[in-house]
Amino acid sequence: MNNYTDDVILEVRNLKKYFPIKSGIVFSKHVGDVKAVDGLSFYIRRGETLGLVGESGCGKSTVARTIIRLLDPTDGEIIFDGVDISKLPHSALRRIRKDMQIIFQDPYSSLNPRMTISEIIGEPLQVHKIVSSSKEREKRVQELLELVGLAPYHATRYPHEFSGGQRQRIGIARALALNPKFIVADEPTSALDVSIRSQIINLLQDLQKEFKLTYLFISHDLAVIRHICDRIAVMYLGKIVELSENDDLYTSPLHPYTQALLSAIPIPDPELEEKRKKIVLTGDIPSPLNPPTGCRFHTRCPSVMDVCSKVEPELKEVKPNHFVACHLY
Amino acid sequence: MEDCLLEVKNLRTYFFTDEGIVKAVDDVSFGLKKGESLGIVGESGSGKSVTALSIMRLIQDPPGKIVGGEIIFRGEDLLKKKEEEMREVRGNKISMIFQDPMTSLNPVFTIGDQIMEAIILHQKLDKVSARKKAIEMLELVRIPEASKRIDEYPHQFSGGMRQRVMIAIALSCSPEILIADEPTTALDVTIQAQIIELIKQLQKELGMSLILITHDMGIVAETCKNVLVMYAGKVVEFADVRTIFKKPSHPYTIGLLESVPRLDVRKERLKAIEGQPPDLVALPSYCYYAERCPYKTDRCLEEIPDLIEVEPGHYSRCFYAKGIGVKV
Repeated sequence: MNNYTDDVILEVRNLKKYFPIKSGIVFSKHVGDVKAVDGLSFYIRRGETLGLVGESGCGKSTVARTIIRLLDPTDGEIIFDGVDISKLPHSALRRIRKDMQIIFQDPYSSLNPRMTISEIIGEPLQVHKIVSSSKEREKRVQELLELVGLAPYHATRYPHEFSGGQRQRIGIARALALNPKFIVADEPTSALDVSIRSQIINLLQDLQKEFKLTYLFISHDLAVIRHICDRIAVMYLGKIVELSENDDLYTSPLHPYTQALLSAIPIPDPELEEKRKKIVLTGDIPSPLNPPTGCRFHTRCPSVMDVCSKVEPELKEVKPNHFVACHLY
Repeated sequence: MEDCLLEVKNLRTYFFTDEGIVKAVDDVSFGLKKGESLGIVGESGSGKSVTALSIMRLIQDPPGKIVGGEIIFRGEDLLKKKEEEMREVRGNKISMIFQDPMTSLNPVFTIGDQIMEAIILHQKLDKVSARKKAIEMLELVRIPEASKRIDEYPHQFSGGMRQRVMIAIALSCSPEILIADEPTTALDVTIQAQIIELIKQLQKELGMSLILITHDMGIVAETCKNVLVMYAGKVVEFADVRTIFKKPSHPYTIGLLESVPRLDVRKERLKAIEGQPPDLVALPSYCYYAERCPYKTDRCLEEIPDLIEVEPGHYSRCFYAKGIGVKV
């Protein structure tokens, strides 16, 4: 997938993140690895939204954290704005962090309860010495609050005085404080109620337009992903199984896992639901500690063949801009 | 609402807290026929779970109290029953499964012990036949190698499997009504599809009635016959599932349907419901939804609308229900 030039803001090559498992009390011995992310390659164009979708345990949140170096990768390259940041020391990382920010899933645990909203949003401004006086800082905080749909008087309050949706707005204001180019949104709407979810989705879209932001949008909700993303990567047990343009993925999904995932989501229309054919997968997601051999999906795949348990399929382009890792194609 | 198996009439469940009285369920009425499935939809704090817990008489007192109404099951008012009599109903005639399969099972007892407990208690079977029945139940919920897995502990089961065990426990005494409170919210999509499919099949096989509580309009569309939409402790709309989706007549239902992103159509922009649900301690003296309603008029800011019958079997709590229904 190399038909791009400098309009790519982030490229990830063969990214791996293993978590070692140790046993023994006095001498800890390395007995195995949880291969949370196992050889991921993709790129994100400037200004686009790439969706990363998958079920719990597929490694999507690990990808999010590894890309912005909250976790150190085991192997692979992360090229952000032309620089490989996968092995940069922390002092150099700090400068780059200004350009890449993250919004977390849980608006309850991602804000420090002892800090006022003004302190929470103002902290990155001080750390990166963007503002020189507290007056300037307050001004910027007020601007940010207004930007995300909160009122300036909210600045002196504490997180517990806000609802979940408002807290998520505060998290977004904090991420925007440094004028980043790239934002990783890790399940930003999953903890919110239906009527609040659409408000936050609209806000994220408006901000993207206004500041020309690039998003990596991580979610398990295929309907939200469909709405907000330009291209989508589907993950299963640490691997990308399918990657394509938005409409293409929903109208002609190729990988049996993507097909099952799409058919599992109920559509709010009773007449349509009656006519729809469902693919209900049997069994559970295998443990990433000991993933199946060959294709990792073969244990649950409705169209499994002999080759699937032996040879691991590679992600290849079967249609223009439509990549799939499956022996069927 | 004749020949109903369960009839809830003007149910009021309040919580008496330091901040004030929380009217979690305020004047809720509905009926459930034999073999029918009813979906209760609403956001957090709308009172849908408290309604279910009130039917089971599981409201913690204090701070909660059922302060009014009737819950008629097979001609008898459950609210007038003594605690011992209620035990005969709970888990036996009416069963409930909860949202979180991780915390609803006791970690120090085997799966078998927990299924057998209900069977021994309600059906007065001895241990050997209770065990046989428990294995049958595990097979019913499609757990492979049931006779082996019955001796395992909850931590050896995955989330989806635990929810199957919960369903097995709930169904072990062949209840007439199953109440499922967000049974798939904690589960992954592919597992959610399995559990919903299982609940639908079992409901048909066993001919029981189902009350499904959820915030997901999609699940309602594929599972339920009738739908009750709740907002801030009140019923705002009630109709059969097709009417709710085709001709919603309460602005909140309309807003909910328009605000969810869908798989089958890609919209340019979502029509979000602005604002937030009201504070249950300080409810307004006018329509609870008025502050967020795009159709509101002066009248909406003066009085609380009644639930009116828009057409036979279709109720809505909006002054303009008839007009709005036509517009959408």
